[in-house]
Amino acid sequence: MSTQTLQTTPLAARCEQAGGKMVDFHGWLLPVQFEGILAEHKAVRESAGMFDVSHMGQIFVEGKEAWPFLQYVNCNNIKNGPAEGTYSHILTEQGTIIDDAISFCLAPDQFLVVVNAACADEDFAWFTKQAKNFDVTVRNESSKWGMIAIQGPKAIEIVNGMIPGVNDLPRFHISPLTLFDKEGYITRTGYTGEDGVEIMLPNDTIGLLWDELLKHGVTPCGLGARDVLRLEAGYLLNGEDANQTRTPYEANCGWVVKLNKESFIGKEALVARKAAGFRQKLAGFVLMVPGVPRSGCKVFVGGDEKGVLTSGTFSPLFKGIAVGYLDTDVPTDSEVDIEIHGRRLRAKVVKPPFYQNRV
Amino acid sequence: MYNQENCRFAKTHEWAFIEADVAVVGISNHAQEEISDIVFVDLPKIGQKAEAGKNCCVVESVKSASEIYAPVSGEIVEVNEALNGDPALVNREPHGNGWLFKIKMTNPAEADALLDFNAYQATIVK
Repeated sequence: MSTQTLQTTPLAARCEQAGGKMVDFHGWLLPVQFEGILAEHKAVRESAGMFDVSHMGQIFVEGKEAWPFLQYVNCNNIKNGPAEGTYSHILTEQGTIIDDAISFCLAPDQFLVVVNAACADEDFAWFTKQAKNFDVTVRNESSKWGMIAIQGPKAIEIVNGMIPGVNDLPRFHISPLTLFDKEGYITRTGYTGEDGVEIMLPNDTIGLLWDELLKHGVTPCGLGARDVLRLEAGYLLNGEDANQTRTPYEANCGWVVKLNKESFIGKEALVARKAAGFRQKLAGFVLMVPGVPRSGCKVFVGGDEKGVLTSGTFSPLFKGIAVGYLDTDVPTDSEVDIEIHGRRLRAKVVKPPFYQNRV
Repeated sequence: MYNQENCRFAKTHEWAFIEADVAVVGISNHAQEEISDIVFVDLPKIGQKAEAGKNCCVVESVKSASEIYAPVSGEIVEVNEALNGDPALVNREPHGNGWLFKIKMTNPAEADALLDFNAYQATIVK
């Protein structure tokens, strides 16, 4: 593998040292696994695991019209109370999904938007273009910040021992923090379906946090476990389950679209598309026989092709699970066939999440 | 059980242990380490024809599916049913209870053309 052209996070050397099997993930050198995906999955579901998510993007939006600007580029209502965070989708004029992101209110005129790594440059360019009509400045600080997600039923207790008060940080809230004499941020968020936090610190300091968490017995986890955990919890993987050909309605995220907002990018298109109805929506599938469904597998009812999977995996809790776009005339709880390696295997259509959120 | 020193290997990481005209087939220790966490083995059917170098079985890990190629040609005469209940046997005992299937060979000379253990090891030490 050529690692010459890949971007590295400030934790790459530590990940390798901890036994991380490093792979190319959208141009980033990141660990796909350490001890093993199943062991890491178990650590997060039963104890505490940590993920290097330094590749994720941080875009700061500041100025008198920071909030109206974010309301305009997001389809959800962005909360503007102190420390509040809001999950939303960023849409094209056609109402399709550019990215999903969380906007945190740092101050009435200052927000931090945490975006997907693969979309950070595109999001920043899109924000910059849209910002022309607003009194705001948009700054991409993605390359300055390291970030670790600490997740699992024991995550809060462990982090609270290092950073007193974390216990009191509500879900989807942000707090500034000083750690190792550096300023950073902590958010009560994650991508696993467990309670936990995500901590951002400058590149030169994030490694100290990694070392400290290792000492506290937090299990290093890779992208492999992260994908199983997020799929079980019913979270979208942007670029696979959502992309610029799909609207939030089709991606099962109608709840992030607030048509009663005065205006936002994509609103007119969404109103029209919603009125016309959708041919397909994202559905969940559980295989009823042994096997592992994967992205790209086709879904059949009788002999008719009715959909295609966008994510699939083996879940230690639920065995073969997947999500994919399915014709809306196929109801939940019905049985379908998923074609895997040339064989059609019986599966049940379900509504995600597979894993009932504890948080 | 099927000591690696006594097995013949394909460059694609399958081993064959020859018992008269039957080849017991599995994947190498190196292969199971690379695949890791095996969660399902889609075994061939008994009676199915196997062709040397052609896909005849799929080993699934959490992350990916790996095609397993028949190291020799013939007919599948037995499959390791224990893997249906415990696919991780392939990880734990790749040269023992984690074998995959048995082929009754139609051309035993194909086995001679496979690599011996040392030659195989040399292909994976990079």
